[in-house]
Amino acid sequence: MKIIKNKVIVDDDWHVLRLNEQEAADNITVASGKIIVPLKVWLAQRETLQQRSDLGVWLSSDERPEALKNDLQRFSVIAVDFPKFADGRGYSVAYNLRVHLGYTGELRAIGDVLRDQLFYMQRVGFDAFAPRPDRHIEDALKGFSDFSEVYQASYDQKSPLFRRVQRKGRSAIG
Amino acid sequence: MYRYDEYDQQIVDERVIQYRDQVRRRLAGELTEDEFLPLRLQNGLYMQVHGYMLRIAVPYGLISSKQMRMFAHIARKYDRGYGHFTTRQNIQFNWLRLEDTPAILADLASVEMHAIQTSGNCIRNITSDEYAGVAQDEVVDPRPYAEILRQWSTFHPEFAFLPRKFKIAISGGKEDRAAITAHDIGLSVTKNAQGEIGFRVLVGGGLGRTPIIGSEICDFVPWQHIVTYVESILRIYNQYGRRDNKYKARIKILVKALGIDEFRRQVEEDWAASKDGPGTLTAEELNRVASFFTDPDYESLTDHNSDLNEFKADNRSFSNWMQRNVKPHRIPGYAIVVLSLKKLGVAPGDATAEQMDKIADLAERYSFGELRITHKQNLVLADVKQADLINLWKEASASALATPNIGLLTDMISCPGAEFCTLANARSIPLAELIAERFDNLDFQHDIGDIELNISGCMNACGQNHIGNIGITGVEKKNHDEWYQVSIGGAKGNNSSIGKIIGPSFTFNQVPEAIDRLLQVYLRERVEAERFIDTVRRIGHEPFKEHVYATSFGTDQEEAADKKSVVPAQYSVPFYSPRF
Repeated sequence: MKIIKNKVIVDDDWHVLRLNEQEAADNITVASGKIIVPLKVWLAQRETLQQRSDLGVWLSSDERPEALKNDLQRFSVIAVDFPKFADGRGYSVAYNLRVHLGYTGELRAIGDVLRDQLFYMQRVGFDAFAPRPDRHIEDALKGFSDFSEVYQASYDQKSPLFRRVQRKGRSAIG
Repeated sequence: MYRYDEYDQQIVDERVIQYRDQVRRRLAGELTEDEFLPLRLQNGLYMQVHGYMLRIAVPYGLISSKQMRMFAHIARKYDRGYGHFTTRQNIQFNWLRLEDTPAILADLASVEMHAIQTSGNCIRNITSDEYAGVAQDEVVDPRPYAEILRQWSTFHPEFAFLPRKFKIAISGGKEDRAAITAHDIGLSVTKNAQGEIGFRVLVGGGLGRTPIIGSEICDFVPWQHIVTYVESILRIYNQYGRRDNKYKARIKILVKALGIDEFRRQVEEDWAASKDGPGTLTAEELNRVASFFTDPDYESLTDHNSDLNEFKADNRSFSNWMQRNVKPHRIPGYAIVVLSLKKLGVAPGDATAEQMDKIADLAERYSFGELRITHKQNLVLADVKQADLINLWKEASASALATPNIGLLTDMISCPGAEFCTLANARSIPLAELIAERFDNLDFQHDIGDIELNISGCMNACGQNHIGNIGITGVEKKNHDEWYQVSIGGAKGNNSSIGKIIGPSFTFNQVPEAIDRLLQVYLRERVEAERFIDTVRRIGHEPFKEHVYATSFGTDQEEAADKKSVVPAQYSVPFYSPRF
């Protein structure tokens, strides 16, 4: 499968584990290999899972990243799920992971990930994106360059525009 | 007023390119309507009853004559020759084609305008005091802060998909003219005992289905920190505001659920991490933005103008206009003039392309080329020389812009209603029209004095029915399309309150009679110069309720046929003969 990582399309062999209704977090068998498990599974099976060297975890939009506070460095990837692209909680989850919790590893957007939201997603700290598979991934790349300048600070740009450039006051505009 | 530098212009130009491509992809079927919907909404584009409606941002209600002429151009070229000024100080065009909207945005960008975030679940256009910078009671000019917050909120990456829309209002006068208590965040910029500037911050106010007056979350946030503080409020809301039910998704529901103290604790916990960080405002940036809002070249004048008084004495129309549409200015010899868009026979807030051109022309000749749009859907020339008032009045009258009814019964707020809006249960504009017709007599209106009559076609309350002294709301009922609830006792401003429904609802044609009966109680009970709202507060709802329902109403058809003039005889002088 292909994903976008640091604005480049790359092959990716991580598998995202999603529980169906019959499966429970505490007794689901986590297959071997590169797998991104739900936060619930990580919390329920922590004892065994922490032995693994190639583990990822994903948060749903209503989960708090603080739950991973002491474990952040254990994961090769942390993903945030967008159940619908219009559910914007994931943006604050990502921002909190990066800014408040200091997570520096790969942060991946999964779920209903579409071109027109990528610009915002990259700003709050996502550096990997698994666009919805029914869309052209090459097309999605265009979403990163919608704007060449931004007003406000976020994770990608630590200072607001007014601290980075000399802006014009009335006398300079006339 | 604020002017774009190359950064502002670039961001708006790039938005036009982005949006044009989104429309292209939608028309090519690459985007589904579901995917396109929030994208177009964040560009102010709604699909309404007749077609597409575009809402254009007028940041804090302030525009130049050049921008007003662009509205006239858009009205002529893309619409049906008119536009509609809204209660949130914006303008909307109701009859557009999707295919034309990228070109309209390009036209707007050429005069430093856009439609960014005028709809959708994001931070909306920030509203402010329509008399900012010129009001006599102003403590601090709110406009530089409104502009700084506009820039901060524009394409904020974290807050483009909030649980629901988010409205911020900011006021800087002793009297609140921006209805800050009825907003998701209400900001009052003020000075503390040391003379330092900061903000009283209210949160969780709003109208809609659950009208609530905002709660104070902080009594003084120093100006340097206002952006990071507001950002923390948004971050808590974005994460924890309800998303399972559209009608419980506004921040007011979250604040109510958590309680203001717990909500404050969470905000301050988040804020601790960003306070004093790079988002902190600098004096240099504040001064840069404030440089756009310095005084125009006022002449040194005095307030006395004997010509004016003479003309006033001879001309009742002018005298009425002076009394209602002209407001005191902080600079001697100047006045604030409100151009009324509430003329009988015209939907509240509507202006034709010809009127827009004329208004631009008046602004250039009489008010330094600037205009404001008010939350009551009128327009303001903020810096008129008192010596020019007679000529301005004559010109405004000739263009039907001088109806002397500002703050009176017919200066109604009305949402577009069921003829335009897919949410509405009932028509609003024709009801406003029916009421205006019934109470057309200006002497009667002047006698009633200050009163706010607000009409919404549904409980979403775009017409601000809850804070009308008389509020009218279209409600759903079986067997009949249009029923209206009537409430009294609502008010905006420093002493704001939510109105209470007086009783069973009315048919379309019964509403004017119900209002008439409310006014009869007021005229009977008022003491001295008491306003309608003061009488309601003093005597309570009961006497009003009792009188309104004491005698039965005619059926809808009977009331429609029985358009009797209820204006007392003493007002029926020929000069103001009623039209029916």
